[in-house]
This record gives sequence, C-alpha cells and structure tokens, in this order.
Amino acid sequence: MPKEVTDVICPFCGTLCDDLIVSVSDDNKTILGVKNACAIGAEKFNHQRQPGRVKLPRMRQADGSYKEISYDEAIDWTAKMLVKSRKTLMYGWASTSCQAMSIGHEIAEKVGGIVDNCATVCHGSSLIAIEDVGVPSCTLGEVKNRADRVIFWGCNPAHAHPRHMSRYSIFPRGFFTVKGHKGRKIYCVDCRYTDTAKCADEFIQVQQGFDYELLDAFRTAARGEALPDTVGGVPKEKIYEIVEDLKQARFGVIFFGMGLTHTMGRNHNIDIAINLTRDMNDHTKFAIMAMRGHWNVTGSGQVLGWQYGFPYAVDLSRRDQARHQTGETTSVDLLNRNEVEACFYIATDPGAHFPVNAMISSSRKPTVTIDPHINCTTEISDIHIPVALVGVEVGGCAYRMDNVPIETRKVVDPPEGVLTDEELLTRINKRVDELMAKGGQ
Amino acid sequence: MHRTSTSSAWMRASEVERMNTVTLTVKKQPELYLECENVNPDVFAGKKADQIAKLGAFQGKEISTLGDFFTITGEAGATAADTKIVINGDCTKMKYIGAKMTAGEVVVNSACDMYTGSWMKGGKLTVNGDVHSFCGLALAGGEFTINGNAGNYLGAAYRGDWRGMSGGVLRVKGNAGSDVATFMTGGEMIIEGDVDIHLGTHMEGGKIVLKGNANRRVGGQMVKGEIYVFGKINVMMPGYKPVGEKEMEVDGTKATFVDYIGDLGERHPKRKGEVVYGHLYMKK
Amino acid sequence: MSEYIIKNGHVFDPTQGIKGDKKDIAVKDGKIVDKVGSSAKVIDASGKTVMAGALEVHAHVAGPKVNAGRWYRPEDKHFDSHKTAGITRIEGGKSIPTVFKTGYEYARLGFTFAMEAAMPPLYARHVHEEIHDTPIIDEAALPVFGNNWFILEYLKNHEVENTAAYIAWILRQTKGYGVKCVNPGGTEAWAWGLNCLTIHDPVPYFEITPAEIIKGLIEANEYLGLPHSMHLHQNDLGNPGNYKTTIDSLKLAEGIKATNNFGREQVLHSTHLQFHAYKGTNWGDFESGAKEVMDYVNKQKNLTIDTGNVTLDETTTMTADGPFEHHLHGLNHLKWFNVDVELETAAGIVPFIYDPNNAVFASQWAVGLEIALYAKDPMRCFITTDHPNAGPFTRYPRVYSWLMSKKVRDERLNSFKKADKVISATNLANMDREITLYELAAMTRAGPAKCLGLSKDYGGLKAGMNADIAIYNINPDKFPSTGPEIEKAFAQVAYLFKSGKICVEGGKVVDMGHKETFWVDAKVPENKQVMHDIKEKFLRYYSINENNYPVPESYAPHQHIISVDASQ
Repeated sequence: MPKEVTDVICPFCGTLCDDLIVSVSDDNKTILGVKNACAIGAEKFNHQRQPGRVKLPRMRQADGSYKEISYDEAIDWTAKMLVKSRKTLMYGWASTSCQAMSIGHEIAEKVGGIVDNCATVCHGSSLIAIEDVGVPSCTLGEVKNRADRVIFWGCNPAHAHPRHMSRYSIFPRGFFTVKGHKGRKIYCVDCRYTDTAKCADEFIQVQQGFDYELLDAFRTAARGEALPDTVGGVPKEKIYEIVEDLKQARFGVIFFGMGLTHTMGRNHNIDIAINLTRDMNDHTKFAIMAMRGHWNVTGSGQVLGWQYGFPYAVDLSRRDQARHQTGETTSVDLLNRNEVEACFYIATDPGAHFPVNAMISSSRKPTVTIDPHINCTTEISDIHIPVALVGVEVGGCAYRMDNVPIETRKVVDPPEGVLTDEELLTRINKRVDELMAKGGQ
Repeated sequence: MHRTSTSSAWMRASEVERMNTVTLTVKKQPELYLECENVNPDVFAGKKADQIAKLGAFQGKEISTLGDFFTITGEAGATAADTKIVINGDCTKMKYIGAKMTAGEVVVNSACDMYTGSWMKGGKLTVNGDVHSFCGLALAGGEFTINGNAGNYLGAAYRGDWRGMSGGVLRVKGNAGSDVATFMTGGEMIIEGDVDIHLGTHMEGGKIVLKGNANRRVGGQMVKGEIYVFGKINVMMPGYKPVGEKEMEVDGTKATFVDYIGDLGERHPKRKGEVVYGHLYMKK
Repeated sequence: MSEYIIKNGHVFDPTQGIKGDKKDIAVKDGKIVDKVGSSAKVIDASGKTVMAGALEVHAHVAGPKVNAGRWYRPEDKHFDSHKTAGITRIEGGKSIPTVFKTGYEYARLGFTFAMEAAMPPLYARHVHEEIHDTPIIDEAALPVFGNNWFILEYLKNHEVENTAAYIAWILRQTKGYGVKCVNPGGTEAWAWGLNCLTIHDPVPYFEITPAEIIKGLIEANEYLGLPHSMHLHQNDLGNPGNYKTTIDSLKLAEGIKATNNFGREQVLHSTHLQFHAYKGTNWGDFESGAKEVMDYVNKQKNLTIDTGNVTLDETTTMTADGPFEHHLHGLNHLKWFNVDVELETAAGIVPFIYDPNNAVFASQWAVGLEIALYAKDPMRCFITTDHPNAGPFTRYPRVYSWLMSKKVRDERLNSFKKADKVISATNLANMDREITLYELAAMTRAGPAKCLGLSKDYGGLKAGMNADIAIYNINPDKFPSTGPEIEKAFAQVAYLFKSGKICVEGGKVVDMGHKETFWVDAKVPENKQVMHDIKEKFLRYYSINENNYPVPESYAPHQHIISVDASQ
C-alpha cells in the first residue's frame, strides 16, 4: 500500500510551497506521485524514480572520461585540494540545507575559502540595494490578507513562481481581502507582454533598460513635481494616474525580479524601487519583495549573515577575518580575474549559468562538484561527488523568499550508499583537520 | 614635524625637501593578487629598508613579505608626513596600495589593482597608470591623482555605508567607469575623460566636475551637491529640471552652464525655510 | 567530573547577603557544593571579585531582525572582523555581533545567560538556529503576543483562559520562555501604516485597546504561573512626554499578585525604561521624566524594570515597534528595514548615531543613568542597553563605570558640547549615588534570575546552584578610580565558569561549554475552542501549514525545559 506524506515542502523555488502531498512506495524507496505542486515542483519529486542515478563519486581521467571511485578517495582528494589551495571558491549552496551550509562554512574558515551563493548571479543586486538603503517588506501572508494593490515589476511568476499568484499575491481570499482577486488591482510592468501580464488589470510596457528612469519619474510624480512628456516609453499622464491610484491603496506591494536585477544599473534599479516604496509609506502602507529564485538561496544568505555578517560573497581566505565586496569577492569576478586556485561547487550548476569566460577559467583549476546529478559543471570538474536530494531524500531547514524558515522533510530514502551533504561535508571537514594536523598549517 | 590628518593637501617646499624616500621595485609577480595593506607612509614610518622588507603581504591565506615581491631601498621618515614612497614595476595585480594613508606621498609608476588610495585621509597619492575598481573609497582628505583610467566605484562609499567621499581632491586624467562617487558628502572629484552610468548616485554634498561625457543616470537620487558636466549626457534623469543659466569658472574653464535642480524624486533639506536642491550644471 | 575550589575571593552574592567577604566557593560536577576533596583544582581568587554569572534579561541577539541588521550593514563589520588565536571562530560586528562573537563577548564579560527579547513565532525556527550557533551562554527567547490576532480577539472578550491556552500552545510550538508584549496594538495598526500611542487608542478593525491587551496578558501569565512575568515594551517609545503613557501602563499591574512556584514576585517587567521616561512636548523642551517614573516604580513592589542605557555610540536600532522605526527613519534618513509578520507582529531596523555633541542624545544618556540611580531596590532594577538599540552590550563595562563612579560620569557630563542644556534638562548632575559591587551583583545577577523565575539554580553562589561563576580582576579594597580602568576590569573576566567548566580564562575563550536552550512547557486544560481557532487560522490566513509551524527538536539539541502545570 503506498503511503502519503503530507505537509511536504517543495525544494525548488523561493515560493517554498509547504502543502505538497507525496505518495511513496511501501519500501520508502520510490516516489509514486505528487499533489498540489506546480509542474516544476512535481518534476523535482517525480524525477526521483528515474533510473540512472549516480551512486558513487566520479573522477576525471586524462582522456576526459570518468571513472568511479570510492567516497573515501573523493573525500581525501577534495580535502587535499582545499588544504593546498591558497584561495578557494566555494560556491553554490542554494539547493542544500542550512545545516549543511554551516558545516561548509567551518571548512571554508579553516582552508581559506570564499563562500558565495547563487545570489551572485541572481538577486545579489537586490542584496546590494538593501545594504545601501534598507527595505520596507512583509511576509507573504500579509500580502494574502491585506494587499489591494499588487505590482509585478520585471518579474514573471506565471513561469518562475507558478503558484505564487494563487497562494499569495493575486487570488487568495484573506482576512481583509475576502473578495480575492476581485478586491485587488494588479499591475504588471515589463518590457514585454508576459503570461503574468495576462493576469494583470493593467500592463505598463517600459522601454528595456529604463526602469530606473521610470521609477525616478514615479517618485517625482509622487512629490507633485513636473515630468518630461514620456519616461521609458510611458507617458507622464499615465505615471501621474498610477501614482494617484497607489496613494489610494490600503496596502500595496511590489514584487520584482530579473527585469530589475539584470538590466542596466542592476542594484540601482532595486534601490530606487525600494525608495519609491519608502516614499509611498508616507501616504499609505507599502511593501516590496524580491522574488527569490532558488528554494534556499535565502537560507544561505541567512546562515552567512549570522555567522559572518554578510549575505553572500564572503571572503574567508585570510582565515582570520570575513570580508565582502560585490565586484571583488563575487564568484564571476574571482574566476574572470583568476583570483582563486581551486573551485568547490555544491548544490548548483555554474557551468550552465555562469558567463562562459568564467567557466573557462574555472575549468583550468582543480575542481570538485557536489551534486546528485551529472550536469554542465560536473563534466568540467576533476571530481563529481553525488549526494542525496535535499528536501526529497533528506530534510533540512530552508528560508522562503520572505525569509520565513521552514524545515523540509525527508520523503524517501536516498539511493543505497549515497551520502547526504551534511554527512559528506562532515567527513571532508574531518579529513581537512587530519591533513592540517599533519602538515601543521 | 607631525601634520594632522585634516591638514591641507598641499605640501610646503620645505617639507618636500625633508621627506625620506623609500623606493620599491617589483621583482616578482604574485600568482594571484597581492594584498598590500602595509604599503603606505603610515605603516612605513620609522622603518628602514630591511624592516620594511619584512612587512607582511598576503595572497589568500599565504603570507609572504614585501621583500619577497619588491626590492626595497631607502628609508622612511620618522612620521608618515616625512615619508615618500616610489613604486616602480608592474603593480597591476597589487591591491590596497596607499590605502588608509593619512600623510606623506606615494607615487606609483604603474597601473594598480583595487582599493588604491581607499580610505585615504591626507597626503598625496599619484598613480601613473590605470587603477581598477573600488579606488579612493570614502576619500576624506589629501590629493589623489590618477594619470590614467579608473574602474568602477571610484571615490564611492564602502558597501552599505551612507558616508562616501567626504574631503580631499581626486583627479582622473582619463575615463572612469560606473558607480563613481556614490554617497559623496564632500570633497572634489575631477574626471577629465568620460564616465559610464551612475555618476554621483545618492550624493549629499561635494563637487564633481566631468569634463567628458556621461552615458546615463547622472545625479540619480541626489539630495545635495554639485555636478558640472562639460560634455554630453545620453539620457537625462527625469527628476531634473532646468531653472536658469550661470556663468562660472570651473577647474580653470570659464563658460556658461545651464542650471538643473534635482533629483526631484528625492528628499531635500531645508535651510532657512528654503529647499536646498542638488545642482547639475550642463556646459552650453 | 571536575572539582574546583575558588579560594579567597571577595564574594558578592545578594541571594545570601554576602557583601564582599572572603569566601571559598567549591565546584563539583557542574554545581556549587559545600566542599570538595583535596584533589580539586585550586583557583586563586585572592584580590579578585567573585559573583555568579550574569544574566542578560533583554537583548536582541538571535532572530530574523537581528540577522537582517547584520547582513544589511556590511559597514558594521568593516575593519572589525577578526579572529583571536585558539579555538574561537571569526568574530565581527560592532553593534550587531555575529553569533560567535555574541557568545564569546558575553562570556568574556562574565555572563552565562541571555534572553532574546522578541521572537516572532512564525520565525521561531530562525531564532533557534541562531541560538544553536551561539556558543557558551545559555539562552531563551520570548515570543511576542501584543499584536497577535488570536490575543487581540480573545482579550477583546476578556477570555483569559483561551488566551492562556494559546500562549501555552505557542510556548510549546516555538520553544519559548514567556510572554513578551511590544507596543501593544500599535504594531498591528502599523500593518496599515498607523499606530497606538496611548493605552486607550483602539486597534483598527480589532477594536481593542492597549490597556486591555496589557491587562489581559498579565492575567493570562499569572493564570499559567509562568516563571517569568509579562514583559512589556510600552506604547509611545522614544517620544517627548511619553512618561505619562508609561505610568498609565504600569498602573495596570496594580493589585495583581504574582502566582507561580518559582519565587517570582513581579507581575510586570517594564523594559528599556529609559526610552519611556521623557517629559516635555517636543525635542526642544525635552526633559528627563526618570524621577516621576521611578517614584512610581519604587512604590510598586510587583514591578521590575531594566534601564536601556544609551552608550553614545554608533549603533543599530531594531524593535518590533515597527511604527517607531519608521518615525526614526523620518528623523535621521538612514536606511530603514521593515518586515510585517502575518497575524503576529512586525520589526523595524534603522542605524543610529548617538552623537554626544547632540543635547537630546546626551540627555537620553543621563535619563538612563538616572533610572538606575533612583532605583531603591537593586533586586528590581536591571542594567541593560536594550542591545543594540541604546548601544552594544559590549559597552556594559562603560555603563558600570558611569553608575559606580560619580567622578567618571561627571567627567562625561561636563565635557558634552551642550553640557549646560543637558544639565538643565536632567537631574543627573545632582545625583551623588554610586552603585556598589553588591548592588551591581543584584542588578545583573540575583535580580534578573529571580525576575526570570530561575533563582533556585542561577544568579547566586549558594550550594546546590548551577556553577555559573564570574571572577573579575577587581580588588574591592582598591576599586579602580578612572573610567578606563573600571571598564578594563569588567571587560575581561579572570575566569568564567559555565556549568562547572572553565570557559574563559584571562579573557580568552578556552572551552565552548555545553550551552542549553531554556524554554517553558505549560500544561493547560484541554481547550477545543483554541485548537479549533488555530486550525481555522492556519487554513485560511497563515501562509504556511500548521504542521510546519513548530520548531523541530533537532534545532535545540540541549534543552532545559521548565514545566508548569496550570491544568487544575
């Protein structure tokens, strides 16, 4: 008889839905089905039963092929690499648990690593903006219960956070929002008409790269000052009209994504959006929130925050101090400038996401990649170490896009013999200690 | 004679004569990047060449000495103010040269990497070459001249800090990149070439003179301060409006400037009941 | 197990009335005992001061707003991150230390316990993750209730039993210690951009007043018989003239007797009182209200307070008083972080520079010291900085120097740029009192332990108590006379014993100890109404499922659970 595991947390995106119901075979080895998840989340669970899981570490041979080795050999090789390297990039973390991250940080502090997470190519811009100007925000339940104006600016939850709109931002009926979407006015600001725009009451097309100017115009209009005829392709009459509507809101919220983080100015776009939100709080209640992509990139930011005081790009290479400077201690810059001697990737796939020059640089350094699957990065690494799927085969804490922490569950057993991130990192940590005691570093 | 860190950037001839010079010549390149936080008059003060050679320099977790990378001759003065440092050879991969200096003089005959002259409080720093990013951060005094191009975040604030450049004079003979002079509160910056985007973002004081062109976003979110632009800006911020014209002499050039006040999307202080705006002066 | 004999120290222990007598303290198996064998390790404490480990009764050290404060202020770590040789991790953060620095610094100061002052229940897992990573010191956290929808609805109808049942449920779900109430009603109003500034301002939509919330929570707390009392951050924090609202709030405790099995005598703990003791109508005519407030506190035996001393540093303000932070941001224009938490609370963060050249900030400094110097019973008045709001806790030695030496505080007072204005707006210049070491022990050890319901095992040096002991390089017969010397004496203990283990020696951390997470498990009669309401609200209004709300056991591997039975 299959059994159902309820209240399962989906380990895919920053929406971190926690109402999934997963059917599991009697012997705890196979996922049979998933309810309530979106297509992406369902795939995360359902793909577990596909054959061909990597069960042992793989070591790259001289001819480019890979040979299986034992975990002990892989751990020894990794520890030696870490101890020898003067400055090691330790990147990823966004798809593993906070408990695992903590062990990783211990290792980084000992060997002189730079701990960076996926924000570095995603909402890092948002983090920089918040470092500069703060952020008025709220939890997603506040949006559900109070928001009557919702603006999606430069983000497309219909594709990237499929259940966001039904769980929090457009459709739910909350305590003060009993009419659901009928009691909310939805704006979508984007350079193109997206599937999210189709759910909006009003779509504003902004000229690509002009969000900063348009947001400056919104702020200028909110202060009753004069504007040029159009800004970023939007006529000034429309800008004044929208600002007046927003001032009438009871509770407004702006959600934003790569349309702001990755267009000209990056963090400045978010900075000024935050300042617009701040200005609106002089008239009514407004909040703003980053649509965090990975299900635990926020968690990595939190653990790095309480242990070192910075949310990403944490340079521990001097081993006696923690430093942070986006543009210097961030992964792509370190790789482009050849500033590291070894690469350690976990719970991520920079081979698929980083600029190609950075990965060419990475491929020339000793590299270990820790991932349940073969991916673009494993195929240019010296060692690929397989681990259990976090949130599916092992639990651990994750932080949602609004920083709410939820403990993910173990739903099925990992494949026979496959370690979890925590177990693997603990063993690497121990081996590093042994080597350092011998070598007296 | 010890000078205070807030004293004038200009040095009297008699002081220049009394300076002791330490010359560093690069003899080996770092494989990664060398952290030269010990290369400035304040750390060198009171030391002879052999003592300076023993000062530490890091590449990641590995500590070497300055003597491993430089041939060092001469000796420092008793104080930072009495100390001149001349660096010859390729410093393209050296960080923090001249950082935190409060007095004295440093001349680098090469390009430099990041943090050159950052947190400088006084003295004179000259780089005869390009500098990378994060140079002149939070400059508080002294004179920093770059006879070359600069990267991004020139004269900006450190991450998260609302206190950027507050004093001193920073001059760039070539171009600078983006995010120049963010959160500036005082001092003077002169860029003789062009800049990219985001010049003077969040400015709350100080003066920027841009002799070349800017791409976009000049004076974004400026609260107070003055930016003079001799060349063109591709796209003006919507929060700026022209209020008149002024004839002025700016860094040796007499011209008529159109006076724009702004950023009107931002808050502004009041003085004697009148709102004090930031000014963007565009040369006609 | 280890045995120690701490010989010849000058012992200050208000739980036994020992005022500096030379006495030996014996330690065995983690406890203080009457005597130990000859093989016990001798710790020479001659010429030194021996006290129980101190208890921090109110600080913001673990949780979402503390961490937001950390990561949004890289400049707080700038040129500050460092590592001392030995077993410690990298430490950083001037006003908001990282968790490692937090544990080490408290231990170096002689503290063995800290109370996280405000835990939003939805974020409890985060609070416990940080408590788990904070070394050496025992910790607990107070969940916030003053703006919680369940509480607002129950107390509107004065349903004390339901309120108590819900509180007990939250304590168990969040591994919480007691009842915290911040800006009652005002933070729910803040979710609409509004506030409650007096105790009679009704909360929008819920139509309940702060007075009803405060009174109801006190009653529910006593119904449960919790070890700690209701812990209140009053309405109208930080505004001139607010002393009236403060006294109005405190009056709500009149006539209520403490009901508990822990020796606790207060029914209300009023926190960071300095921020709530202002007279005047604006910043121009701002004056100290410390005397008026303390006259009331001194008369009411069922109250305890902590000071919230301003240290005159650049620091970071952070509080669940969301509207206050928005207001502060409007004054100093520094970066503002805000989070409204569904159904429960909110938080705001703004950096703040208490510039001594500013007459208002210098006057606030004076008010905080007056609060302590007016206190007649040091067992009811505790020294805090509401870390990091009025200053970082690492400044405690400086605060002690101002309280223990009139000369040192007068030096500070008279050297203010606007000294005349400060002196005329406050009472401090005329106050001669100097807090003694014995009184300090009451204000930092015995008093807080009793207030928290921990006096059986903590806050004193009686045989049977936990061996949490701090030994300072202070000779009471030759008490240091300058500010820097007093600070140095208190900044680094000669020894810190935590549960019988030496964790700090000569100011250096030598052992991480075996810290525990304290929480209170209160048993109540079965309450179907409250369980139904909880199910309802999770189904309809919360954004997570009820089964994902509790803090898992693994987050607190060493728990110190205090059981309370209110089911009769």
